[in-house]
Amino acid sequence: MSDIYLIFKNLTRKPLRLFLTCFAIMVAFLIFGVVTTLKDALNSGIELSADNRLVVVNSINFTQPLPYAYVNKVKAIEGVKDVVHMNWFGGYYQEPANQLVTMAVDPENYLKVYEEVVLSDAERDSWFRNQRGMLIGRAIADAYGWKVGDIIPMSSNIFSNREGGHTWEMEVSGIFDGRDEQFGTNFAVFHYKYFMETQTFGGDWVGWLTLTTDDPALNEQVAKTIDEEFANSEAQTDTSTEKAFNKAFIEQIGNIGLMIFGIVFTAFFTILLVVGNTMILAVRERTGEIATLKTLGFTAKRIFTMILAESMLLAFIGGLAGLGLAYMIVEGAKAFLAQFLPGLVLSDTVALQAVGFMALLGLVTGLVPAINAYKLNIVTAFSRR
Amino acid sequence: MTDNILFDLKGVHKSFTRGKETIKIFDGLDMQIKKGDFLAIMGPSGSGKTTLLNMLGGVDQPTSGEVLFDGSRVDTLSEGQLSKWRANNIGFIFQFYNLMPMLSAARNVELPLLLTNLSKKDRKNSVETALKLVELADRASHLPKEMSGGQQQRVAIARAIVSDPKLLLCDEPTGDLDRHTADEILEMLQLLNEKFGKTIVMVTHDPSAAKYAKRTLHLDKGEFVEKDLAA
Repeated sequence: MSDIYLIFKNLTRKPLRLFLTCFAIMVAFLIFGVVTTLKDALNSGIELSADNRLVVVNSINFTQPLPYAYVNKVKAIEGVKDVVHMNWFGGYYQEPANQLVTMAVDPENYLKVYEEVVLSDAERDSWFRNQRGMLIGRAIADAYGWKVGDIIPMSSNIFSNREGGHTWEMEVSGIFDGRDEQFGTNFAVFHYKYFMETQTFGGDWVGWLTLTTDDPALNEQVAKTIDEEFANSEAQTDTSTEKAFNKAFIEQIGNIGLMIFGIVFTAFFTILLVVGNTMILAVRERTGEIATLKTLGFTAKRIFTMILAESMLLAFIGGLAGLGLAYMIVEGAKAFLAQFLPGLVLSDTVALQAVGFMALLGLVTGLVPAINAYKLNIVTAFSRR
Repeated sequence: MTDNILFDLKGVHKSFTRGKETIKIFDGLDMQIKKGDFLAIMGPSGSGKTTLLNMLGGVDQPTSGEVLFDGSRVDTLSEGQLSKWRANNIGFIFQFYNLMPMLSAARNVELPLLLTNLSKKDRKNSVETALKLVELADRASHLPKEMSGGQQQRVAIARAIVSDPKLLLCDEPTGDLDRHTADEILEMLQLLNEKFGKTIVMVTHDPSAAKYAKRTLHLDKGEFVEKDLAA
């Protein structure tokens, strides 16, 4: 027998209470794991944005176009490395409900600006050569079962083509992956030239520009120069880093961080009260036993440690169960949500944060009963009985 | 003569403060307990029996005066030092046994040995020996709730003696038992005193229990009312 055995026997002496307390902790960490992973997935676009990437949009709002002539003017600005122009296509497959994030781009510059898009040389060359070619992300390929060489009728809920329809035939030239797991592969890109030659909204305009700078330190200067360049033109620009642009885009649906904090804080505060109260009661019930242990010669410090360890063990049993369950749910949902939330991964950071919170929960809920036990006077404890 | 004294209380004062009132329990108590003694302390409620026992066991400290154990002061020890001293020298037997309900008899007996440096094997041997001595070897794996009051008290005795302490302090050890079982427990204490040389101090209300002791002291209002001639 050892102190660990005593801690274990104390913890398991009331199995129903142990189960219910662990269940409550498990729910808190399940919520934490799932909700935080969800937040990370929503923010993955922000986190994965390159430090030296800037986005130039029309200053009215990003849905307004920019003249095509801006592309070369921006490229000529000192500090700009590569520029790609992009047009939102508003794509869907067969039914408007099957929306696909699709953009018309300049292929060669697109791959220069987005180095994290990974595909084979053969696929890349094939895409460059084929004006009707389209690159699709792995998530789309998996969701629809599309392969290289497939001809896909892509429809737009914004544009019409010169044949009077809304559907363009495109050929899958390649399927790309992300450089890391959290990079979203839930979109498709195709030739700007093919789009401009076939759509009816007129030519010589682009949706927005994305560019890379020679050094992130130049971002501010380059952004300022671009906006000044077009300050008195018909389409004034608003240039920001890709991180800031993506963040603003996501925050259109509300302050995700605050919402997540609210949910997690409520869950944790409730659990803190439940577990804290349970621990205090459990230790109070054992007043006589603690006094007996002290009488036998167990030091106050040793008893303090045992009670704190018991509380930590409780937090870790429930917490790890909750985190495990969150992992299983995230892994299960990953395939279904790949198109919408490509970066849905319970990361090591979330797991480590959870472990930290488990330790904190154990510490906070165990500290009061442990201090009470530490200070327990043997004579007073026996006289209470 | 001094070498033969296990406990020596010199001018012990003990008082409690309850609200604004100070209650004096002992006012200059002197007392000696010889090694190998079996002493019964009797007296009415509030006479100071349990307080005296608590001071002997180092779970309570005198307000002033000296408490010497085997020639060394124990009233000046810190909490931590007292814990160690109790673990090394004192075995406690309580009225309500005070066993850990979630531990088997053997595990309960093993508890004081967790405070020693004995190996697992040596601890196991000591537990077996102690349980054999109290004739409960066959009940080693039983939980307290699976045993009678007398059996639980015998487990408590085994726990008290397993680390071979010099002194056994018994607080109403038969107060919760029927006469027959009480006699069995008292015979066991007598055996531990006579055969194994354990010094025993027993607080009791029961005159029949006191008869098993070598001598009896009567406490009343913090004073011994009969002179202890044997001291």
